[in-house]
Amino acid sequence: MDAAAIHQRLKARFEDHVGDCDTAAKDPSIMVSPAAIVLVCQFLKDEPDLAFDALSNESGVDYKAKNVIEVVYHLYSYGHRHSIVLKVDAPRDNPVIPTVEHVWKAANWLEREIYDLLGVTFEGHTDLRRLLLPEDWVGHPLRKDYVEPEEYHGISTRRESLLK
Amino acid sequence: MSLINTLPEMVITTKADQFLNWTRKSSVWWMLFGLACCAIEMMQTQGPRADVDRFGTAPRAAPRQSDLMIVAGTLTLKMALRTKLLYEQMPEPRYVISMGSCANCGGLFQLAYSVCDGVDKVIPVDVYIPGCPPRPEALTEGILKLQEKMMHEKWLVRRRAESAAA
Repeated sequence: MDAAAIHQRLKARFEDHVGDCDTAAKDPSIMVSPAAIVLVCQFLKDEPDLAFDALSNESGVDYKAKNVIEVVYHLYSYGHRHSIVLKVDAPRDNPVIPTVEHVWKAANWLEREIYDLLGVTFEGHTDLRRLLLPEDWVGHPLRKDYVEPEEYHGISTRRESLLK
Repeated sequence: MSLINTLPEMVITTKADQFLNWTRKSSVWWMLFGLACCAIEMMQTQGPRADVDRFGTAPRAAPRQSDLMIVAGTLTLKMALRTKLLYEQMPEPRYVISMGSCANCGGLFQLAYSVCDGVDKVIPVDVYIPGCPPRPEALTEGILKLQEKMMHEKWLVRRRAESAAA
């Protein structure tokens, strides 16, 4: 099933919760509202003709100019060999998005990584801790306005310019 | 009267310091501390082609039984604290070889927010080996340099060589 057909299926089922479909991109993507993301994911997984059984990747992007943090879901169906990308926008100052961990278990670590690096809170996540950085780290480094701390436990992070 | 060359051939005369240093340098047990791709070269150094066993070194998996720590790879800030802890667990005298660009100065990743640019910011380093990653020959040379340094130490007066006070 191609992206336009998938978009039509979603539009018929979820109406206003499903936004535009970008079919021009190499990986066509569909905008989904944060409130409906879990239902949309469950629908995409359970319908026999869609059957998206794999969450290939889940990642986040910080769009400072638009003042949103976008969470991107890459879905793939091994049975039908088709794929789709879902995108969800959350406000930068308080990004909260429901978790899809109980739909695909793979989301557990992926969402922890997004929480770690971008500070998106996934509501209902069973174990929302930092994944890569130390637990006492301050801030979320992939935010565009992240300011690097001067030191970490007495280890200076200041570097002399190599061009001097 | 000098004793040198006057005793039978089965006896070797030496200085106490030199003898102690010789015994220590001939059994440098190094701690496996591979952090990144340099660790692959470190394994090769232990392998049959470079074979650093012939210089009396042997890899250990525990800090409490090691004399030498070879920091091989990119040191992140998260790992830096653990590196310091492991270094403190090693019995004295202890030595550190910083292997590769990343361990020396942060290398390619020195501008990353999560990378500690240089293991010498956390623990004292005896020998730096440049390269990205250094070949097994380079690490072998580094171990030989360290042995050379060990031979210059004076233990009866409990003092390490001047250059060791890094």
